[in-house]
Amino acid sequence: MLLIHCPYCGEKREEEEFTYDNEAGIVRPTDPEDLTDEEWGDYVFGRQNLCGPIYESWVHTAGCRKFLIVKRDNSNNKIDKTMTVQEASADKNYQEFNSTANSNIKKTNK
Amino acid sequence: MRYSFFNLLKQSFNGHKSWEPAWKEAKLKPHYDVIIIGGGGHGLATAYYLAKELKIRNVAVLEKGYIGGGNTGRNTTIIRSNYLRDESAKLYNHAVDLWQDLTRELNFNVMYSSRGVYNLGHSLQDMRNIERRVGANILNGIDSEVVLPDELKRRIPIMNTSSKTRYPILGASYQKKGGVARHDAVAWGFARAASKLGVDIVQNCEVTGMQVQQGQIKGLQTSKGEVQADKVGIVVAGHSSVLAAMAGIRLPVISRPLQAFVSEPLKPILNTVVMSSQVHGYISQSNKGDLVIGGGVDGYTGYSQRGSPHTLEHTVQAMIELFPFISRVRMNRQWAGIVDILPDACPIVGKTPVKNLYINCGWGTGGFKATPGAGHVFAHTIANDEPHKLNSALTLDRFISGALVDEQGASGVAQH
Repeated sequence: MLLIHCPYCGEKREEEEFTYDNEAGIVRPTDPEDLTDEEWGDYVFGRQNLCGPIYESWVHTAGCRKFLIVKRDNSNNKIDKTMTVQEASADKNYQEFNSTANSNIKKTNK
Repeated sequence: MRYSFFNLLKQSFNGHKSWEPAWKEAKLKPHYDVIIIGGGGHGLATAYYLAKELKIRNVAVLEKGYIGGGNTGRNTTIIRSNYLRDESAKLYNHAVDLWQDLTRELNFNVMYSSRGVYNLGHSLQDMRNIERRVGANILNGIDSEVVLPDELKRRIPIMNTSSKTRYPILGASYQKKGGVARHDAVAWGFARAASKLGVDIVQNCEVTGMQVQQGQIKGLQTSKGEVQADKVGIVVAGHSSVLAAMAGIRLPVISRPLQAFVSEPLKPILNTVVMSSQVHGYISQSNKGDLVIGGGVDGYTGYSQRGSPHTLEHTVQAMIELFPFISRVRMNRQWAGIVDILPDACPIVGKTPVKNLYINCGWGTGGFKATPGAGHVFAHTIANDEPHKLNSALTLDRFISGALVDEQGASGVAQH
């Protein structure tokens, strides 16, 4: 059972209250029409699926119902920290992770 | 040495002291025609069929741990092929056909037991889906039938078929050729048969990098040194994305923990396999007598072989709903394996953007049943550099073209 600290509610709650969403930082392309099939396929289906420390987004479904960003080592389930989406957008490490998550999309999102 | 009654007799005079090891412990050579990464059932089967049918004998199987030590040695061993879509059902059924004679083929008792598989329906929509799937199965030549509650009650008396339950059973699909096999024996049988044909099985050999030059695979870095290869096949289930990333390929795979557990051994009480995707669980009784129970995947992605207790609790609830007697049965052990799940719940068996690099992944929660079939078509794909007709639709490209093979409905219990 993961214990996740909700940055909005300010409390550590059990995993069952939350719903896993996706790898963090997958941004919908601003101009989907300009994408090639490969790029669109990669946006829709492609995942890093890394082993080790990752950022992922969860929803506090049975709580505040807000999206949060969790930094978790998925090889041992240790949660390093949780952030609000606003905090995450100011976090440098998160930005770096984000840029590789969307490596194929970013090219077209100039 | 062939396993036969004659050899058993001969060895018994000698106190069983001169049996040979089932397979040779091989040392890594500097070059192979084909290297298979991953010594699970699929990888060993691929190596076996490469050597046997395609006469490619200079083959190595590299295994990070010990062979059959991953999901192959820890799964609920269910075999069936009653899938909905032509593209996938035919491949699964090819595997079921191969299971029939696998023990003789490998000269190793894989204990395939066609005890039948029931997929229960608990709502009208379930029953409509079951009738549709059974119809599709019959058109594809797969043995499949609809069984109604009265008949179910007669066949599985221990199951709660009362109409008073929270989710009453309205019927089931039944595949007679479905069943179970001994998972360890499958790994050992393929390993022994492949080793006999000259395949090198190298254990404790982790692949740490790949040499890709001008879009073509040249060799691998491993924990036992560098090795050159003309062709490489990735067959690593849960860690597919990690291996593919070494060659610069991003897969549509996500890895999730899938839990299962077994009870203390009981007297024979359940002579078939029962699955229910509505209440989320599946159960069979092994030859040792333990109840083998599985459920859905955990809610998050990851590589920790743990899983959360509430997922387990949910599975137990489902099982007690179907089989009230197990509420008093003690569970012996529980584990989680990492499964590789694709968005359409159908595998990828084919080529990659890197030349001479092939991948077999995305079997998710049900790869065991396909072991011989997947190995067979993957061996053909590697040897001929083009897919066998049975896996021609299961390409990596389908996630670009959009030609998905949607098996969410028939893929069973776990893959949601």
